[in-house]
Amino acid sequence: MSFLPLSRRSLLKAGAAGLAAAALPMGFARAQSPVTIGAVYVGPRDDFGWNQAHSVAMEILKGVPGVTVVEEENVPETDAVTQSMESMINLDGANLILATSFGYYSPFVVELAKKYPDVEFRHAAPLWKDTDPKNAGSYFPYLNQAHYVNGVAAGLASPTGKIGFVAAKPIPSVLSNINSVLLGARSTNPNATVQVIFTGEWSLPVREAEATNALVDAGCDVITCHVDSPKVVIETAEGRGVKTLGHNASQAPLAPKGFITGAEYKWETIYKGYADNIAKGEPLPNFMVGGYNNDMLRNTAYGAGATPEAIKAADAAIAELVKGTPIYAGSLKDNTGKVVIDKSYDNYDPFLDGMNYLLEGVQGSLT
Amino acid sequence: MMESAFVTVLIAMLGGAIRVSTPFMFVGLGECLTEKSGRINLGLEGNLVLGAMVAYAVSYLSGNPWVGVLAAGGSGLVLGALHGYICKLPKVNDIAVGIAIMSFGTGTAFFFGKPFIQPTAPRLDAIHLGDWTGNAALAQALQVNPLFFVGIILAVAMSWAFANTRWGLIVRMTGDSAASARAMGVSVDLVRFLTTAAGGFLAGVGGAFLSLYYPGSWNQGLSSGQGLMAVALVIFARWDPIRCIWAALLFGAAGAIGPSLQSIGISQGYYFFNAAPYILTLFIMIASARSKGAAREVPGELSITK
Amino acid sequence: MTVQTAGPAYVTRAPNVRSLKLAESFFIPIAALVVSALLFSVFLLIIGKSPVDFFALVWTGGFGSSFSFQNTLQRSAPLVLTGLAFAVPARIGLTIIGGEGALVLGGFAAAAVAIPLVTNGVPPFLTLPLMAIAAMATGGFWIGLAGWLRHYRGVNETISSLLLSYIAIAIMNFFVEGALRDPASANKPSTMPIGDAYRVGAMPFTDVHWGLGAGVLLAIVLYILMSRTTFGFAARMTGGNPRAALAQGLPVGFLVVTCCVIAGACAGLGGFFEVAAIHGQANASLVAGYGFTGILVAFLARHNPLAVVPVAILFGAIAAAGGLVQRRMGMPDATVLVLQGIIFVVLLTSETMYGRLKFFQPGTGADRT
Repeated sequence: MSFLPLSRRSLLKAGAAGLAAAALPMGFARAQSPVTIGAVYVGPRDDFGWNQAHSVAMEILKGVPGVTVVEEENVPETDAVTQSMESMINLDGANLILATSFGYYSPFVVELAKKYPDVEFRHAAPLWKDTDPKNAGSYFPYLNQAHYVNGVAAGLASPTGKIGFVAAKPIPSVLSNINSVLLGARSTNPNATVQVIFTGEWSLPVREAEATNALVDAGCDVITCHVDSPKVVIETAEGRGVKTLGHNASQAPLAPKGFITGAEYKWETIYKGYADNIAKGEPLPNFMVGGYNNDMLRNTAYGAGATPEAIKAADAAIAELVKGTPIYAGSLKDNTGKVVIDKSYDNYDPFLDGMNYLLEGVQGSLT
Repeated sequence: MMESAFVTVLIAMLGGAIRVSTPFMFVGLGECLTEKSGRINLGLEGNLVLGAMVAYAVSYLSGNPWVGVLAAGGSGLVLGALHGYICKLPKVNDIAVGIAIMSFGTGTAFFFGKPFIQPTAPRLDAIHLGDWTGNAALAQALQVNPLFFVGIILAVAMSWAFANTRWGLIVRMTGDSAASARAMGVSVDLVRFLTTAAGGFLAGVGGAFLSLYYPGSWNQGLSSGQGLMAVALVIFARWDPIRCIWAALLFGAAGAIGPSLQSIGISQGYYFFNAAPYILTLFIMIASARSKGAAREVPGELSITK
Repeated sequence: MTVQTAGPAYVTRAPNVRSLKLAESFFIPIAALVVSALLFSVFLLIIGKSPVDFFALVWTGGFGSSFSFQNTLQRSAPLVLTGLAFAVPARIGLTIIGGEGALVLGGFAAAAVAIPLVTNGVPPFLTLPLMAIAAMATGGFWIGLAGWLRHYRGVNETISSLLLSYIAIAIMNFFVEGALRDPASANKPSTMPIGDAYRVGAMPFTDVHWGLGAGVLLAIVLYILMSRTTFGFAARMTGGNPRAALAQGLPVGFLVVTCCVIAGACAGLGGFFEVAAIHGQANASLVAGYGFTGILVAFLARHNPLAVVPVAILFGAIAAAGGLVQRRMGMPDATVLVLQGIIFVVLLTSETMYGRLKFFQPGTGADRT
């Protein structure tokens, strides 16, 4: 191994400085030959959420000359994903695999990357480590920044300051979004609270609707969520006459009366970056994370639920995030009174990846 | 404070039970009708999912949700008739055909449902029964979809018809003893074909409720197994239409209870809340399997009780 | 349907009868497959796609190259085991649809016993068999319970095994997200990974894991057990006529429970291989529907353990081709579901043809009532 051992976080800083991160010596060997990208999705491509956000961005890659995109949807996080990716490599000649679901990475992507050293694998969650194969990698925007902006707007757009959050499972990426909504809302309304209900599953429409109703019944007048497909939550909340904040993709058309804004991924920034790398014959970065500071997130265009002050405050919050102002500025207590964040942490600090608490001001519990 | 939280949960559970129970009610009544004639249809999940998709698609294309409901019933009727027709052939296993119809129904629904995930279709309206109370939560809980009442009226009508009409008698007799039904000159195959088709119709309407009222959109995860519960539900209700209503409300409340309890801070063990209806049904099956009283309630020809 | 005809009258003509029956049980399922393919072609034509392209892709994706065939075999591995889990109880007249639950719970048990063993450095050659035994015992207990309830409490095994499946999945989720969760599995709750040293690898000269080898071996063993031993004969006789079997003094309760335990052990072993060869840990991905596809596999195999193997491979090929159809023809993933649904419906309908086709009937064949 001749190249310098690059740590995950040093890559990250490079990533934060721009997209040209982590140039590794082994590049895209077949830069001038046609490039075939195989994309695997865990659910239907039109789910108003996670998969749709990817699929929309993938359309941009289809426009790049010399690039072919093959896609497969509803591929479960089992051996089936290995078989699908291998089939793309062997039968379609794919030389870049984009695996877009969290559970695809270990062991499936890691093992296949070892088996096919000439194929590049990129996975949409910050899981790649130095010890993993060099032809694998991760890309991931920290959506909690956009949820923070959601919270900032909600703090001013909500008459009562009570925000309801329908969450799938109590895992770090979800908890970080919940806590960020709270911190955003508290920045504009110090009395704001977030009440959370976990449904236990990524997609369970009936219970998501029940949770939304329970939150509205409990007095919440802004509803947001972190589930695979936010359609049911947003529509139910709109039907109850409360305001809504989106998640993953644009749900603005679903809530013409109450939509404030939404947290959206900008996968196209990453995918365009890959396409450019490929076109120029450059190596692809192994680890790429980001947020507002490198154009990997956006907030959905403001809807009828947003007030002028909310819009102003949210735009200001985005400007701060572009500058890198930390969201988790300590010290902060969790909702049992324990200090969980002792100081201010950079928005990409690995300390925050292990979040297993709800901050003081969030009503709900993890177990 | 504690008291108001308790009231909140009670109201939420009442509302939740009413909202969530309706599809259970329709699949349960459909299954009950089919099983009363001595046939089991394990495939109502397929009818439910296909019904949900067809209802949403037709409502979107026609602009009238009630046309969607009828079309959903029609799609369920077709699947039910297919089941009924295949099962009357000799040597065919009705349980297996149910599973086959389920996979065919869901597959078809997913295939043709693709273009209807994105659009927003006109939905069914609720009847506002609680606005006079002046309590917002109660008013919300008492917004009831007309299909809920259709279900209750249907259950009462079925119960009455089984006991008091010639048709009801024929269905029950077919279910209890095919031989005596034949001796009376009844075409057993025809009766079972008709009850399976009608049961399929009801399950399709249950699907329409899912996509057009609550949760009120079409996607592939919409039903998540509610149709499979129908069989358990009918056993739970001991083949009595009125008890099907109570069972549906109970199964519905079991689904609603988790979120409501969390809203007042009780959040442990939600996996077992989800599994509660299955565990309860299993215990009821075990408890009643050998009892004489229970044996009278079971249609004698039913393959799952032989 | 074999039992009514198994009277002494046939003994003298047995070879002829047997070969005709065998021919019949090949011809009818294959004819059903052909009819399904034709119906599906009509479906494709209606939606404006080419059936020729479709079936060419099934060939390319499922069998066309050494890679495709291995892809197919790998996908078929769990289906062999879940197919057996349905087929064996079916021989004794039981319809057990709870293979999914036994697989999930078996896989979970394997991962759970691995935790103390791997932590204490017990070597793989001891750990893996113990995991497999735990998986088979748990799966066997779970389906055995359905069989026991059936025989001793009169509880219908179809419904109880379905309910037990849901309960199994809830149990697995409860532990994986609670007491047995690996704290490092932050965003996808899982048990502790067993580590590469403890993983079951591929069979020699292939990329296919040992689960397929175990499945084929079990299929042969179970075929011999069900067709060539007293146990199998007694089980089939019970399946044909339980009352007569009881009257003959056969230990019906023992036979029923044993067949169910075998079935559960097969599915549980499938769970073991999912954990030891695929995931390396237990998590919600164990619930992948293999148990339900196994039902279809067993029906197409006419509950014959040997036939389960090629049928499982056929379904592996359809699944492998499903991806290719999405990519090359731009059709949704539900296409394969529609095809499977059609096959299933036609196949079950074809059951009615047994004994009706003159060609396959011994002698005149007309007066068999």
